[in-house]
Amino acid sequence: MMHGLINRSLQCFLRDTYGAALWGDVVADADLPVAEFEAMLTYEDALTFRVLDAAEARLAKSRATLLEDLGTYLVSHPHNEGLRRLLRFAGVGYEDFLHSLDELPDRTRLAVSDLDLPQMELRQLSGNRYRITCSAYPPGFAHVLVGILRAMADDYGALVMLDHAGHHQQEEVIEVTLVESAFAEGRAFDLGARAG
Amino acid sequence: MSLSRPDRDAALSPGRRQPAEDAAGEGRGRAIAEAAGLPREAPGDRTGDATGPVLIGQAAHPLPPMPQGALDILAPMHLVLDATGHVIHAGPTMQKLRPDVPMAGQRFLELFELSRPRAVDSMAALLASAGIKLHLRLRDAPRTALKAVLAPLLPDEAGRAGAVVTFSFGISILDGIQTYTLHSGDFAPTDLTIEMLYLIEAKTLAMEASRTLNLRLQGAKIAAEEQAFTDTLTGLKNRRALDHILARLIRTGQDFSLMHLDLDWFKQVNDGHGHAAGDYVLQHVARLMLDETRAGDTVARIGGDEFVLLFHNLTKRARIEEIATRLLVRLEQPVTFEGAVCRISCSMGTTLSSAYDAPRADQMLADADAALYASKHSGRGRHSFHVPPPG
Repeated sequence: MMHGLINRSLQCFLRDTYGAALWGDVVADADLPVAEFEAMLTYEDALTFRVLDAAEARLAKSRATLLEDLGTYLVSHPHNEGLRRLLRFAGVGYEDFLHSLDELPDRTRLAVSDLDLPQMELRQLSGNRYRITCSAYPPGFAHVLVGILRAMADDYGALVMLDHAGHHQQEEVIEVTLVESAFAEGRAFDLGARAG
Repeated sequence: MSLSRPDRDAALSPGRRQPAEDAAGEGRGRAIAEAAGLPREAPGDRTGDATGPVLIGQAAHPLPPMPQGALDILAPMHLVLDATGHVIHAGPTMQKLRPDVPMAGQRFLELFELSRPRAVDSMAALLASAGIKLHLRLRDAPRTALKAVLAPLLPDEAGRAGAVVTFSFGISILDGIQTYTLHSGDFAPTDLTIEMLYLIEAKTLAMEASRTLNLRLQGAKIAAEEQAFTDTLTGLKNRRALDHILARLIRTGQDFSLMHLDLDWFKQVNDGHGHAAGDYVLQHVARLMLDETRAGDTVARIGGDEFVLLFHNLTKRARIEEIATRLLVRLEQPVTFEGAVCRISCSMGTTLSSAYDAPRADQMLADADAALYASKHSGRGRHSFHVPPPG
């Protein structure tokens, strides 16, 4: 079963980015039994993929692009300030953030006990090069992660190069080169400023 | 703080006092060094001598003194006090609570007000509270509440001891963070404060999502109830359903009679035996009315103990009188609920659609109601027909 939070994120991404009309088309094309997903319920996996298929067709975008845009949206859209803040709790710098990916599923479970994120593993290849491997299920998760990593780099003011290095058996691989950790100003993170 | 020069005046052994440094912050190396050994044990338990490092928890090896700055790393929210109760060093995060005024040099009890334990007005009393949880707040605004714990330092030759006090915001952490704009780096990496803040935000978001869902579900439930035609307690039709059926009967021009039935002595059941008994009686009455009517008839509960019965295609007075009599006889049979015998009766009033040229729902309901009240006035426990005005 797919957690409602994931489906709801997808819905909000499509609606906030492309408008309510597009979301309405996607609901119809995907033949969804509901007009909206509830964040705190679970749904058949197939529904999520029908939504992705419908959105790809409507927007003429590849699955990879769509999912990466979703990842970026999750961090950078004003509606998701709460989520951005939760990710920023990971550490003071982008490197801290990368190293915190290992514990992201556990952190997520602390907040929502039945939301299982794929396990991620970070390996430092050399001084500024990292390889992230994550489970290939749900398929495409790595593309979402690339979007998140890119947006978080902006958030921290770091300059990174990201490369989805493709499938490797049951895993997907992302390569990260941290060119400069303090490249730009980045966005503020004030511990005390809770997102409404 | 001089973290970059950790060995500056490090490791002065407790015996090598330098009196000139005592008053100001320069003696803090000694003070921190002494924090390594706590003179907690009774004299007989001591493994070391009176001036040497004292062992914590009967450790087999004396601990070496700590270098300057070690406490700043381990407990950034700490103060070191001298034997007179003055602050001789403030940890970096502690000092952030009063960024404009150095805490060093001030008297601890003038900076803080203790709420637990009370009546602590001297260094001796402070030292006596070593190891227990201290509840205190800063005396000047913002008067942040803090938790703290104090450990005495080794006494000097004169037997006078300073102390180390470590602090936390405790449950007031959210206020603390907002008041002093603290950052991750202000807490020791082992401190769970940041995790706690994360958890508070994460749980707030998750709760918000759940609340949104609950509100939507509640809205849907109310909408569903508003559209429902069934009385949830008795399973009979409700007022909404009655209005629909009545309107349809009138629209299609069918003959029917409308009986308004009101329970007598029901209030006494509720008051005397409780609402559970009352509910039980209502359910019993509902079953009975369904028994005594035909499948095509309508039985609706329109108020607490008020019912309306529609007899479709029936306007014969004698037949209706029969039904009313049977209803009355059966309703008056006592009902037992959890040992309590409940006795009720009913008053009824009926009007016939055939009595009107053009029947109207509100008119028929009002006429049946008037007939019902005629029954009530003539002594209850009976049935009356509406008497159309002459002409």
